[in-house]
Amino acid sequence: MTRNRVLHAYTWILISWLVLPILVMIAFGFNDPRGRYNQTWQGFTLKWYGQLFAVPDLTDALIASLVVAVLSSLIAAVLGTGIGYALGRYRFRGAGVTNLIMFAAISSPELVMGASLLGFFVSMGVAPGGITLTIAHVMFSISFVATVVRARVVSLDRSIEEAAADLGATAWTTFWKVTFPILLPAVFSGLLLAFALSIDDFVITNFTAGNVQTFPLWIWGSTRVGLPPQVNVMGTLIFAVGVLIAVIVNLRSRRSKA
Amino acid sequence: MRRILAPYLLVLPGGLWLLLFFVVPMATMLSLSLQEGDIINGYVFTGHWQTYVESIQGYQTQLIRSLVYGAITSLILIVLSFPVAYWIAFYGGRRKPTYLFLILLPFFVSFVLRTISWRMILTDDGVLLHPLKEAGLLPESFHLLGTPVAVIGGLVYNFLPFMVLPIYVALERIDPRVVEAARDLYASPLTAFRRVILPLSLPGVFAGVLMTFVPASSDYVNAELLGGTGTTMIGQVIQSKFLTSSDYPSASALAFTLMTVLLIGVFAYARALGTDDVMKVAAR
Repeated sequence: MTRNRVLHAYTWILISWLVLPILVMIAFGFNDPRGRYNQTWQGFTLKWYGQLFAVPDLTDALIASLVVAVLSSLIAAVLGTGIGYALGRYRFRGAGVTNLIMFAAISSPELVMGASLLGFFVSMGVAPGGITLTIAHVMFSISFVATVVRARVVSLDRSIEEAAADLGATAWTTFWKVTFPILLPAVFSGLLLAFALSIDDFVITNFTAGNVQTFPLWIWGSTRVGLPPQVNVMGTLIFAVGVLIAVIVNLRSRRSKA
Repeated sequence: MRRILAPYLLVLPGGLWLLLFFVVPMATMLSLSLQEGDIINGYVFTGHWQTYVESIQGYQTQLIRSLVYGAITSLILIVLSFPVAYWIAFYGGRRKPTYLFLILLPFFVSFVLRTISWRMILTDDGVLLHPLKEAGLLPESFHLLGTPVAVIGGLVYNFLPFMVLPIYVALERIDPRVVEAARDLYASPLTAFRRVILPLSLPGVFAGVLMTFVPASSDYVNAELLGGTGTTMIGQVIQSKFLTSSDYPSASALAFTLMTVLLIGVFAYARALGTDDVMKVAAR
C-alpha cells in the first residue's frame, strides 16, 4: 500500500516537472519586461494580449504556420486514408513494402529526412519555399494518418457492411452510407494529428522552408536578439486551443462508446 | 477486376508521395555524399568516398558525443518513465486517460518554445539559479546553461512521453491473472515483478528506446539552445553544413553515417533483446 503511495506521489512530481516550463511560458506572457529580454519577472500586465499582433513578422509567421498546417493536414488526410484503408482491408502484393516505408518514415531521424529533402530539391533545381515546405509536411504526416485509419478499419465490424449488402445496397452505396461514416472519426483524428505535427514541426521545416518563416522558425531566429512577450501569448493560446480540442474529442468519443 | 485493382488505386497517391519525397531523397543524399564540387560551379558524381573518411575523422568527437548523449538520455528515461508507466497501468483505474493526457501536455507547446522555456529557467539569473545564489547555496560562478547536464536534461524532458507511452502500452497488456498466478505459486512481489512483469514489459522498453534514442542523438535544438561550445552535437554540424556553408557532400556523408549507425544500433539491440527474451521464455 505504501509503495503505491510512493509511486503515486512520484507520478505527480514527474507531471509537475513536465508542466513547469509550460507554466513559465504562460506566466511570462503576463510579464512587463523593461529591456528586450523577457527573462526576469518585472510585473504583471495584460497588454501583450491587447497587442498580440503588434509584431508584423511574428504575425506573418503564425499565419504561414496555419496555412501550411491546414493545407498539409488536408492532403495528408486524403492520401493517408487511402493507404490506411487499403492496408486494413485488403491483402495485396506490396502491402509489406508500404508498411516498411511507413515505419521507416515514422522512425527515421527528422534531421536526415529534412537534410535529404533539401539535397533532393537543390539537385532538382527547385528553390525551397512554401511549396516544398508543404510537400515535406504532407510527407511526414501521411504515415501517421494511415496508421490511425488502419487501426479503425481493422477493428471494424464487417457484419454491418454485410447487412447493408443483404438489404440490397451496392458496394458503392455501402461504402459511402455505412463504412465511411464509421471511419470518419478516425480520419478526423488523423487530420488533427497531422495538423498538430505540422504546426509544431521545426527540424524538417528548417531545412525545407527556404525564406518562408513559420512560427517555430521565427522564434528560433529571434532567440538571440530577445523574444517579444507576444511569442509567449501565442504559445499560450495555441496550447489552450489544442488542449480544448483534445478534451472535446476525448469526451465525445467516450460518450459515443458509452 | 475492380476488386483486384482497388487496393493499388488507394495506395498509389500516398505511396507515390512517400516514394518521391522520402525514398528518392534518401538515395539523392547517398549520391550527393559521393559527389565533388561546390555550390557555385555545381556538383559532379565522382564516387569520391574519401569524403566519408574525412568527415568522420573531422567530426569524430561530435559524432561520438551525440551517440553518448542519446544513450544516456534513453537510460535516464527508462529509469524515470518505468515507475510512472507502471503506476498508471496498474493503479490508474478510471483516471488512466487523464494521467496519459497530463504526460502528453508538453506536446501542446511547440518543441522550440518548450526548450526556450527551459533556457529561461536554467539561465544564470533565472528563476532557478538566482534565488539559490542569493541565498548563498551556490557560488556566483555556478551555471547550468552550456553544460552537458543542461543539454541532456533538455533531451530527457522533450522525449519523455515517447518512453512512458510504449512502456505503458506493454504493461497495460499484461493479464493481471498472470501476476496473481505467480503470487499463488509463492513468488514474492519482487520475484513476480522481476520474472513476470519485467520480461513482459521489455518490448515496450525497446520501443521506447527506439523512439527516444534516434531523435535524441540526432537532435540539434537542445544542444543549440541549452548547450555551449563543449556540447556541440553532430546535428548542429550537419545543419550548419547544409544551411550555412552549403557543403552538401560532406553534410550528406555525415547524415548518412549517422543514419547508418542509428539503424545498426537499433537492429543490433532488437536482435540481442529479441533472442534474450525468447530464451528466457523458453527456459521456463
